[in-house]
Amino acid sequence: MATWGMAMPSWRSWRSWRGAVVPLLLLAAFEWYARTVAASSDTLAPPSAAALAFVKALADGSLLAATGFTLQAAALGLAIGAGLGLSLGVLLGLSRRAAAAGFLAIEVLRPIPSVALIPLAMLVFGFGLTMEVSVVAFATFWPLLILSQAAARQVEPQLLEVAAALQLGLAARTWKVVLPAMLPRLFVALRLGVAIALVVAVTVEIAANPNGMGYALMIAQQSLDPALMLAWLFWIGAVGVAINALALRAQRFAAQRMGEVAA
Amino acid sequence: MKRLRAADLVSSLLVLAGVLALWWLASHQQWISKVFLPTPEAALTSLADGLRHGELAGYTGATVLRMLLGWGLASLLGVLLGALIGSSAAARAWLQPTLEFIRPLPASAMLPLAIALFGLSPTMVLFVVAFGAMWPVLLATVHGFASVHARLREVAGALQLARSAYVLKIGLPNALPDILAGMRLSLTVSLIVAVVGEMIASQAGLGQAILLAARSFRASELFAGVMLLGAIGFASNALLALAEHRLLRWQHP
Repeated sequence: MATWGMAMPSWRSWRSWRGAVVPLLLLAAFEWYARTVAASSDTLAPPSAAALAFVKALADGSLLAATGFTLQAAALGLAIGAGLGLSLGVLLGLSRRAAAAGFLAIEVLRPIPSVALIPLAMLVFGFGLTMEVSVVAFATFWPLLILSQAAARQVEPQLLEVAAALQLGLAARTWKVVLPAMLPRLFVALRLGVAIALVVAVTVEIAANPNGMGYALMIAQQSLDPALMLAWLFWIGAVGVAINALALRAQRFAAQRMGEVAA
Repeated sequence: MKRLRAADLVSSLLVLAGVLALWWLASHQQWISKVFLPTPEAALTSLADGLRHGELAGYTGATVLRMLLGWGLASLLGVLLGALIGSSAAARAWLQPTLEFIRPLPASAMLPLAIALFGLSPTMVLFVVAFGAMWPVLLATVHGFASVHARLREVAGALQLARSAYVLKIGLPNALPDILAGMRLSLTVSLIVAVVGEMIASQAGLGQAILLAARSFRASELFAGVMLLGAIGFASNALLALAEHRLLRWQHP
């Protein structure tokens, strides 16, 4: 697990007002620039106009509808990708022989960039929810596979010996011993999966699928409505921050209840 | 990296062959329509033709160049800015929340803004690739600098090291593992954003090639392009893992 993603600012600390200064200054400078130098621009709009466009999109329901579509596609794709990745990962983590057998096939398929599958998904499913879900599922499958394989491999050998002594079958062993033991690590993997799912869903919409937040952003630019475009850009960022914060909280909760993850 | 044993290698090859055989069967038996799934032979013929006579080799070169240029720019900027921000606690307090807000933003979401600002040009795509790929390196560098051991900082203080000497002699070596991990992630991001950029801005490259192939139902060319993209991802990742291993050897004597 890369550690660079772990550092989060503590918003409650007394210093947190400092973090807000730079963005506010930037916003003010942008407002001034867009109102004076670039006042007649088709490509830029002041943040105040973007805020108005945001309220309008919120009022007519288009904002929530598009957000709902994107989140639904990301969640369904993550559920499929994580479900498959987890099952295969646990299997490969528990059996050294299965891991060795799968090694080459995984290393050949895994480096394919998820966006390369957008045209294929378009060809097979056409536009719509299914196509987006399939690309998100592919993108989240690999990290979940690798991380759950590592998590299953790090289950205490003594626990597995206990399971063997109790003569538990494969299903009982997985369900009663292995899964509970790797749960805190799984939450770390899931948090990464959530971040990937959201990014990939928006990317699919920007590149091809005429639905959701990414498409709304793209179409606002194409119809020369910079205020609306900036509103969507900000909103996509805010949704990303909120979802990631929620996922981090779930992971910390799991760590508190079920044991800290080392490293 | 653990060495593969002979028996493992054989079973591993068998599984890979099984996957290919399944593809061959599925396409020849028409379990999946040929419109979607070409036969392996057709895909390989498209790949060989495209590389030898067609434009596929040029597209591959263009995509790789875009990816490498964007990645290089991103790494340079990321390390420079990261060292600047990371070596000062005050700069971290002022800037880190802003950085954390931008980090989860999908890099491709910057494409519409960049199109509005710069138009549909290769420079625009390069800008977005560099921008999107910069964050992993930048945040990794900040983290690496922030986690310098307190004792090393005291040593630097006792030796009255100038800031530049502190950055070069203590900060950067300490942050190197983080930076390399960030650069590896950033290379993956570069390839993804380069492909998306080519799709949207119609820049010559593999991204545009596979989109056009899908739109005109040429599945074998689509698969050839996807295979090339997979090969680029594989090769770049393997090379970087090797470089990482070499560069960090001094840390594990």
